[in-house]
Amino acid sequence: MSAATTGRPPAGRAAVRLGLQRGWTEFVLSLRSPQDQAFYLVSALGTLVFLWINRDDAVEGTDLLYPSVALPSILGALLAFGVVIGPAYALAMEREDGTLLRHKALPHGMQGYVTGQLVYHSLGLVPSLLTILVPGFLLFDGLMSGGAVGWLTLAWVVVLGLLATLPWGMVLGAVVPSTQKVGTWGMLPVLVITGISGIFAPIQALWGWLQVVAQVFPTYWIGLGMRSAFLPDSAAAAELGGSWRPGATVAVLVAWAVAGLLVAPRVLRRMARRQSGSQVQAAREAALQWVR
Amino acid sequence: MLGADPATADDAWRARVGVVLQSWRDHARWTPRRLLTQLGGYYAAYSTPDRPRPVPVDELLATVGLTADADRKIVTLSGGLRRRLDVAVGIVGRPDLLFLDEPTAGFDPQARRDFHDLVHRLSDLEGTSILLTTHDLAEAERLADRILILAGGEIVADGSADELTRRVAGSSEVRWTLHGERFVHATPDPTPFVRRLFEEHGDAVADLEVHRASLEDTYIAMVARHERADDATARPLAGAVR
Repeated sequence: MSAATTGRPPAGRAAVRLGLQRGWTEFVLSLRSPQDQAFYLVSALGTLVFLWINRDDAVEGTDLLYPSVALPSILGALLAFGVVIGPAYALAMEREDGTLLRHKALPHGMQGYVTGQLVYHSLGLVPSLLTILVPGFLLFDGLMSGGAVGWLTLAWVVVLGLLATLPWGMVLGAVVPSTQKVGTWGMLPVLVITGISGIFAPIQALWGWLQVVAQVFPTYWIGLGMRSAFLPDSAAAAELGGSWRPGATVAVLVAWAVAGLLVAPRVLRRMARRQSGSQVQAAREAALQWVR
Repeated sequence: MLGADPATADDAWRARVGVVLQSWRDHARWTPRRLLTQLGGYYAAYSTPDRPRPVPVDELLATVGLTADADRKIVTLSGGLRRRLDVAVGIVGRPDLLFLDEPTAGFDPQARRDFHDLVHRLSDLEGTSILLTTHDLAEAERLADRILILAGGEIVADGSADELTRRVAGSSEVRWTLHGERFVHATPDPTPFVRRLFEEHGDAVADLEVHRASLEDTYIAMVARHERADDATARPLAGAVR
């Protein structure tokens, strides 16, 4: 790279810095957009109304109320779901609208683009978690029984959960044939995984083999980690094996993260290589022609 | 291209090429100023004393005529303004070579005229060659120093507009009326023909018109010749190099 003279940061590092800026800008623009504000509000309102309706139900086998158990689980599901489906849609869409092609034409543009996506979707979790957590604490009693240790647990579960799922969202967005197919290829499987992950009903209610399947995916473990952060230790009795299994949680999430970080760059490079102007043109025509 | 194969070229090479995409709806929430600042940043590492990169954003906005709309959301820009932004993105890295792919497709005459003025301004940029593809031959004739005609994936002609027109025989058309009757004659060399016409009929020659074949006539003649030679059915495209 002879053109890059000394005295300036190397082009690759500069691109990552630009990507960080890009992610932050996208996040700020998203917060200002009525469309995204409505999304955050509706998903938070839906969750809170659901919890409020069930606020006096006791959870079988414990002295806890339903919202105390369900809220951490729902936060876990929101994280796992949002961070997979969000990037999947964004990538599929930006492959078709020319955003990606622009970055392909830039020196080190793909590095900047991917950094921007990671930052944007990680930051996007903050409002979607806060809009539920803050009113949740005002509406329901006894949500956080762990104190400072609980918050610390919450922090590592969120970070590990992000690392375990976000790369797979990018992979999904890179391999789906078109934005219109994200529903079938991405949304459906992720919804099924979320459905069997003990978020809405205890995992023990499922058949044995399905419990095993659910425990292969990170969603269950993120939910479990969230519950371990918010609930008292006595509540662990209601979990599989009567324990929070923090060791297993870390192991599974790290395994998914490592696998994701190995697979994602390869898949993204392949996607970038295949991105072309005629692909963008074809997508444009496809969008104008829904019925064929 | 610029000494490298585009499929395998590195990022330093990429910094020397500008591409104006026929983009569509990307970065809808951004403003032109924000987008140009962000994308321009990638070129900073490739700046050299004689080729400072990127082009300062205000200068860039003035060049493409977007100063007044610099802080509007991109989604609210009209098609013509949008295309100017695309051009600004193409030249933000002060490229050695700039690609414009059918930049005026779908423009009304006023927008087309404005865009031609913009391309003229771009050609004043120090050391930037522009490669423009178009189906509009009047556009190629107006903008290009050198024109390549592609038919069936092959270059069938290469030269300035003048050279190309001269290459097709019978390229001028002379029209006149004599005693109320209209005449048309095609000739490669109109001057001697017209002189003889006057020698013969003097002032009786009226409504005299001499038309040099337009680039469009040339183009059609050349493509027809090509299609006779082999049965290429691909849609021909005129390429113009400045």
